[in-house]
Amino acid sequence: MATAELAHETDFDGWREAARRFRLSGVEPAGARFVVVGGEASGSLFDGEGPGPSDLPRESAFTVPKAFVDVAREVMLHRSADRFDLLYRILWRLRDEPDLMKVTSDADVADALERVRNVSRAAHKMKAFVRFRLVQAPAVAGVGGEPGDVYVAWFEPAHRVLEKTAPFFVRRFANMRWSILTPEGSAFWDGEALTTGPGARPEDAPRDDEMEAFWKTYYASTFNPARLKTKTMQGEMPRRYWKNLPEASLIPELIAASRDRTETMVDRAPSAPNLKLAGAVAPDARLGGLDDGRVTSDPTELSQAIQGCRRCPLWRDATQGVCGVGPVGAKLMIVGEQPGDQEDLAGLPFVGPAGQVLDAALQEAGIDRSDVYVTNAVKHFKHEPRGQRRLHKTPNAGEVTACRWWLDQERAIVRPRLTLALGATAAFAVLNQKVAVTKTRGEPLPLPDGSRAMVTVHPSYLLRLPDEAAKARERAAFVRDLIRARGLL
Amino acid sequence: MAQLDLRKKLSVLADAAKYDASCASSGTSKRDSKGGKGLGSTEGMGICHAYTPDGRCVSLLKILLTNFCIYDCVYCINRASSNVQRARFNVDEVVELTLNFYRRNYIEGLFLSSGIIRSGDYTMEQMVLVAKKLREEHDFRGYIHLKLIPEADPKLVEQAGLYADRLSANVELPRDEAMGRFAPQKDVGVIKKAMADVRRSVEAARPQKKDRARPPKFAPAGQSTQLIIGADGAPDTEIIDRSAALYGGYGLRRVYYSAFSPIPDSSAALPLSKPPLMREHRLYQADWLMRFYGFSPPEIGEATTGGMLDLAIDPKLAWALNRRERFPVNVNTAAREDLLRVPGLGVKSVNRMISIRRYRTLRLEDVARLCRGIDKVRPFITALDWTPGGLTDAVDLRARLVPEPKAVQLSLF
Repeated sequence: MATAELAHETDFDGWREAARRFRLSGVEPAGARFVVVGGEASGSLFDGEGPGPSDLPRESAFTVPKAFVDVAREVMLHRSADRFDLLYRILWRLRDEPDLMKVTSDADVADALERVRNVSRAAHKMKAFVRFRLVQAPAVAGVGGEPGDVYVAWFEPAHRVLEKTAPFFVRRFANMRWSILTPEGSAFWDGEALTTGPGARPEDAPRDDEMEAFWKTYYASTFNPARLKTKTMQGEMPRRYWKNLPEASLIPELIAASRDRTETMVDRAPSAPNLKLAGAVAPDARLGGLDDGRVTSDPTELSQAIQGCRRCPLWRDATQGVCGVGPVGAKLMIVGEQPGDQEDLAGLPFVGPAGQVLDAALQEAGIDRSDVYVTNAVKHFKHEPRGQRRLHKTPNAGEVTACRWWLDQERAIVRPRLTLALGATAAFAVLNQKVAVTKTRGEPLPLPDGSRAMVTVHPSYLLRLPDEAAKARERAAFVRDLIRARGLL
Repeated sequence: MAQLDLRKKLSVLADAAKYDASCASSGTSKRDSKGGKGLGSTEGMGICHAYTPDGRCVSLLKILLTNFCIYDCVYCINRASSNVQRARFNVDEVVELTLNFYRRNYIEGLFLSSGIIRSGDYTMEQMVLVAKKLREEHDFRGYIHLKLIPEADPKLVEQAGLYADRLSANVELPRDEAMGRFAPQKDVGVIKKAMADVRRSVEAARPQKKDRARPPKFAPAGQSTQLIIGADGAPDTEIIDRSAALYGGYGLRRVYYSAFSPIPDSSAALPLSKPPLMREHRLYQADWLMRFYGFSPPEIGEATTGGMLDLAIDPKLAWALNRRERFPVNVNTAAREDLLRVPGLGVKSVNRMISIRRYRTLRLEDVARLCRGIDKVRPFITALDWTPGGLTDAVDLRARLVPEPKAVQLSLF
């Protein structure tokens, strides 16, 4: 039996040194023993003759994956007595199974990773459950320096995570002076340096803090007695921590009173409304209700009426109705299909990617966008959610027909000489019949009110073209149509 | 009116805020107090500093600035017509409480909401002032979540985003039609527009390659919202659709579901009963399936009966039992998206399996070591030493997998 002495419970360097020596001299896991000086012996149950060095070929040096070293550092902080043996067994196996650390379903590796998780959870719970109490220095032993506010906590970590976790408190409370006392060691921060010291006793920490009464008041008030889930609470806040949590003393009475409080709330008849404040109630948001049968000659009113539109279900998942924008009396009205993602958010037509294509093309065709009335055939964004995005869906004939109510009013208000429809949906909305864009594009078409219409492609079509040559060709054709439209004004 | 002492105010205004389920303090930018004059840090993972017996975590000091309110939403304890005791903090009281709690490591930061007094603008201004003081006068670098008053001026929302890590506007009612009946002073369109403004500001604050200077930060932890479950009669499918639309439309980090809970001094308009906690739990599971497992709302709909999720089993198992033709999947060869569909396999265990597959052929015991319980998984997979045979298509499979109903425990207290 080969025995190595470690200086203390978390002596990683000592263990590493010994384990390397053992492996180089071929000591099998069953014959290796790690003992902490003054601590409990680990490993085999019988101190007898274990197997001697194996007859495997000797190594002169070896390397281990970084993943093993990282895991070993964490496992070292675990309170289990057999942690050294588990790590040595894995180290031994790495010789013939260099990929072992990647096989997280292997029994040994899974065991080690489970302990890493325990340690990590203990560190996390330490970050959560340390409760500082304020004292005026120099009333505390172990904290030097000039007097002033010092915050002291007594804490009992589930695993040996004090040193691992102390830097978190430094980052969080860099400008406070604080001490965290635990049975096995203490950490001090004086505002500049972190030092560690020996273990302490609970009575070394202050007994109370004036804020604790407030904290308990908050804890009790934020509890909802109608939702009792004590198992969830205990799973996340294990009982082992309760004795050092000031708020935990309230738990029994909160649980005890919860059922009565809930039953009282459920059984009690509704009370009479409080008339004292009833006079101060804000007006209803939708006074006058929804009037989507409105006919108006005022563009602002029209936009408001569209907000209340329920003529088809598209309003439900859209942010807002997007009304057209532009001067009354504009000679040219441009009608797109529907607002897209960006238009839906901004409440304005053609402000997204397709809008940028349109703007550039208008500029090239010598048309000033501020002279144009720009709108859409359908006023609400039809889409399908896909995670954090929304995919455009083409409105159907029913939706376009329902929305013509608004388009017709826009045309009546603006009275354009030419209405330019972008794409098939807009063409259907403007002409009241389905036409093929490729066949009718660029041609002036008479409308019943004596004005004219023209059809061309939708700028989003240009965005979707895959190859650059086609893009350039189609873009030029689009600009040509716009120039033709300008000629008709 | 007699002045309430601070502790009494705290109790009134924490009680008034507890019906908001949001508790997250994660997902913001990394900060610490080194080199500053104040205190606080955020490190990606939020910390739950305590748990109350309702199983909820205490991460932030969650309070209202005031529970006076000029709105009269029937489901709300703070509605104008409620007889609840009223209180109001002043700005400095909230600032001091937050700092005092934070220094003692009770909290990660502040969650501040408010009843609406005078006007939406006035209320929002007061809340922004709290955040501004914490940040600018005290160099507080912990977490701040501000509730948005949707009716407030967008300029105030812009300011709120400069100081807060997260913003939220609560939709509350899954059904828009219910809004008119239960919350007459609210307009769902206004709430959506506020969310749209937040999304646009968040996106504008993302540094672009072409930017020379970083744009100012805006709500680095994004926005969230809450839906109340069981107050307006909306079935689960409608709630899921509403959630999907909110996630897609406004880039929400979270939709919280809050089982409608009895409140003291209730209104005659809403019958009170015990909160539907299991239903709330199933909705969270369905929400997770959408966000992390590639399920679409219609697919979740397949696992419902009459628009409601099965309360006895989780939605993924319910879906798999309806789609048995897709199973069993081979854990050694199946694609990631197919493994994610297996009941009982989480994202982490699927990722681990896929990396282990390169070195070992998985046996059933390996799978068992990687997931929480193998019973639910077994009928739906094949492994090196395991095929489920007729188990996958067994008529009584659901009955075998439904957990035994627990005997109702008598309370010990």
